[in-house]
Amino acid sequence: MSLAASSRPPILRIAVSRDDLMMRLGVVLFAVVLLVIVGLPLWSLLAKGFEDRDGKFVGLANYVSYFSTPALFDSALNSLHVSAVCTLIVVPLAFFYAYALTRTVLPVRWLFQGISLIPIFAPSLLPGLALVYLFGNQGFFKGLIGGSIYGFDGIVIAQIFYCFPHATLILVTALATADARLYEAADALGASKLRVFCTVTLPGAKYGLISAALVVFTMVMTDFGIAKVIGGNFNVLATDVYKQVIGQQNFSMGAVVGMVLLAPAALAFLVDRVVQRKQVALLTARAVPLIPKPKLGRDLFFTGFCTVVSVGILAILGMAAWGSLIKYWPYNLSLTLANYNFTNFDASGWDSYFNSVEMAIGAAVFGTVLMFVGAWLNEKTREFFFMRGVVQFLAFLPMAVPGLVLGLGYIFFFNAPNNPLNFLYATLAILVINTVAHFYTVGHLTATTALKQIDPEFESVSASLKVPVWRTFARVTAPICLPAILDIAIYLFVNAMTTVSSVIFLYAPDTKLASVAAVNIEEAGTTAAAAALCIVIVITSAAVKALHVLADRFLLGRLQAWRRR
Amino acid sequence: MTVFATMRRAAVLGGMALAAIALSGVAFAHKTKLTVYTAIENEQLEPFKKGFEADNPTIEIAWVRDSTGVMTAKLIAEKDNPRADVIWGLAASSVGLMAGMGMIEPYTPANAAALKPIFKSGKNPETWVGMDAFLAVVCFNTAEADKNKKPKPTSWADLVKPEYKDSIVMPNPASSGTGYLTIAGWLTIMGEDAGWKFMDALHQNVSQYLHSGSAPCVQAAKGERLIGIGFDMRGATEKTKGAPIDLIVPKEGLGWEMEATAIVKGTKNLDAAKKLADWASSLKANELYGKYYAIVANPTVKSMPPNYPADGEKLMAKVDVDWMAKNRDRILAEWTKRYDGKSAPKAK
Repeated sequence: MSLAASSRPPILRIAVSRDDLMMRLGVVLFAVVLLVIVGLPLWSLLAKGFEDRDGKFVGLANYVSYFSTPALFDSALNSLHVSAVCTLIVVPLAFFYAYALTRTVLPVRWLFQGISLIPIFAPSLLPGLALVYLFGNQGFFKGLIGGSIYGFDGIVIAQIFYCFPHATLILVTALATADARLYEAADALGASKLRVFCTVTLPGAKYGLISAALVVFTMVMTDFGIAKVIGGNFNVLATDVYKQVIGQQNFSMGAVVGMVLLAPAALAFLVDRVVQRKQVALLTARAVPLIPKPKLGRDLFFTGFCTVVSVGILAILGMAAWGSLIKYWPYNLSLTLANYNFTNFDASGWDSYFNSVEMAIGAAVFGTVLMFVGAWLNEKTREFFFMRGVVQFLAFLPMAVPGLVLGLGYIFFFNAPNNPLNFLYATLAILVINTVAHFYTVGHLTATTALKQIDPEFESVSASLKVPVWRTFARVTAPICLPAILDIAIYLFVNAMTTVSSVIFLYAPDTKLASVAAVNIEEAGTTAAAAALCIVIVITSAAVKALHVLADRFLLGRLQAWRRR
Repeated sequence: MTVFATMRRAAVLGGMALAAIALSGVAFAHKTKLTVYTAIENEQLEPFKKGFEADNPTIEIAWVRDSTGVMTAKLIAEKDNPRADVIWGLAASSVGLMAGMGMIEPYTPANAAALKPIFKSGKNPETWVGMDAFLAVVCFNTAEADKNKKPKPTSWADLVKPEYKDSIVMPNPASSGTGYLTIAGWLTIMGEDAGWKFMDALHQNVSQYLHSGSAPCVQAAKGERLIGIGFDMRGATEKTKGAPIDLIVPKEGLGWEMEATAIVKGTKNLDAAKKLADWASSLKANELYGKYYAIVANPTVKSMPPNYPADGEKLMAKVDVDWMAKNRDRILAEWTKRYDGKSAPKAK
């Protein structure tokens, strides 16, 4: 701070103009919004970790009893173990897949790209159900895995399916921006392929690799849907939260486990800070985009690799689709469409589906505006480091919060009788806000990445031309970032369609969601109908994504022409 | 001319709209909307709502339904600003817990006197009134048993025989209320020492402790497991759908739990809530419960829904609900210490 103050020349002081003040005010406002939708609700639950069941302050007593219960401590180790294994499998897998998509010449590239996204469209219930059909005790391939699917193996397989697209998306972005001149230079200097890969490709994708690893690690850590369906006796922290809160109504202990789960988020935040500080802009104004040239051996290898991965993804989806048509697994395998008549399985019938669509659209619109404007404020405001750090931290938190903790926190915070916002409780709006908060991190990261790609020259030029910042934002920044903005909107939409763990506490009589209904239907034993509802959700999200691809083509043609020149 | 016509049409339309709003306003003013939290099964929601509303045309039920654990957690989390008017169909132990936290409005419904004594809270006025009872039975898959030549068990003692190794699933009592009532039943019937010894032996045959009371019988029904210990009604409905399972009531007796009705303290619709509590304890309502459950609160209702095990009621353990509530933390801690942590790396 002192360094910044002492080295600040008087010219800059003039530059702290009305624009700067407005931006700073914006950052403060934005921080308040994040505090209300993330910070305070979280705290209102986590604070219970320091209270006993009657609400008396007990200091760290709950933490002491937590760390002295061996069973609970084992869950922490199990969580770390399964998260580490999944990260070590998913990140390389996603890296090579992303490499194939961006750096090789694949036939039907668009198809491979589309298939890699499928898992994101599916509720986490789907891989669990499909794995039981495939490898369960009555499964078609139960001999293949040599043991029970329930437990560690099941969690790992389902998590790979579930996390793969998230890692692939991040890594495709990381690998898509490369400077062909570096490769030409390496080639000219006679560097071996391995050397080029290790000294040019990998360092270029470093930030993406680390982000992908952090995202996968925390996703596995906090997800409880998969562990519940297929985890067997393998206890993890997320199921412990469930046991404490749902099984025993022990909010205090649930809060303690929730707090322990926040540790990876804090770590992710620190790692991100360090990596970002070291990151150098890859794409300078003079960079030449890298366009892969055909090379038979390499292309064949990667086509084969992508085919294997795609078949794996399609097998799980296909099994669920087929399962949704079966009359009574495994004793009556004749097919029926009756499982799609949801009125027979859940009182809200198809209504919950339309609620979901409405909620997803709301989350996409509200969330995208908030995330993009927020990220813009935070990126483009000069100095003001402390407040920007606070914003960055609040934006990182949701990634590591189990939905259960956030959902209960929302009850405590938004339902408090003295909260002026409590009119929101038990409306569709609270579901929208909760979903945006729950999926805040990735949207924020996407927006930040997109904004970092834009040369700060734009702002400088605009400022010297006395164009107000908001006009530069509306005329230049937002149009340039339109692809990223659409990406965020789609991301929010598909996640809003599948989210369960948090919204399960927040719906009112007329706002039940399809994803929650699917869980209820599965609980009631009608697995086929649950699979059917999952398939309907997948189809909806895939259709929206297809629209997005079309829109992207159109918009890329119109607005992104500058990128090609 | 056209201008006038348009204006006249607009005026007529406007008037109609106003009238519609006024009418719906009147209709709205007449109907009291009761928010009812419940964990009853999905297929029961519509008949229960229709049954009540037919007798109380001025009141409308708006359900919020989820599993027992989720609804209990939600109700307790909303304690400072309750959103529910009535709880209709939630485990009596959950409602008892809330009564202890001062969240329940005591009220003795009009028809309470006609009900079996165990189906009442025993307070005056009552904090809750029971509807029906459910049991933790044994669901036994006969198709898998034939395939693997496994005999049909008839008692808890049978279940610890080595031939059932790794073929039993039951709910984890730390995450499921059904799980807790199951082990509380054993501890009551066998006594604490013998009860824990039984569970030690059973643990050798249990392949998984599940996070739901419904799941064990569902898994048994679908042949994932030979035997599931769990919620009886779920087993019966699976059997009706065509599952090859038998529901067995072990001869030593078994744990059970009730669904109950209670009024939430702080409701703004107390009169309507009382009407619902009255109706929920009526003979008519009990007959409705009897369509789904074999054991209901009103002794004159003789019901036998399809595929229910016979004589469950006779074998209901004499569990002390207060004892169950007071010793819950201790029993769960002991259970977790014995079976939960070390059950994971079972692979040999």
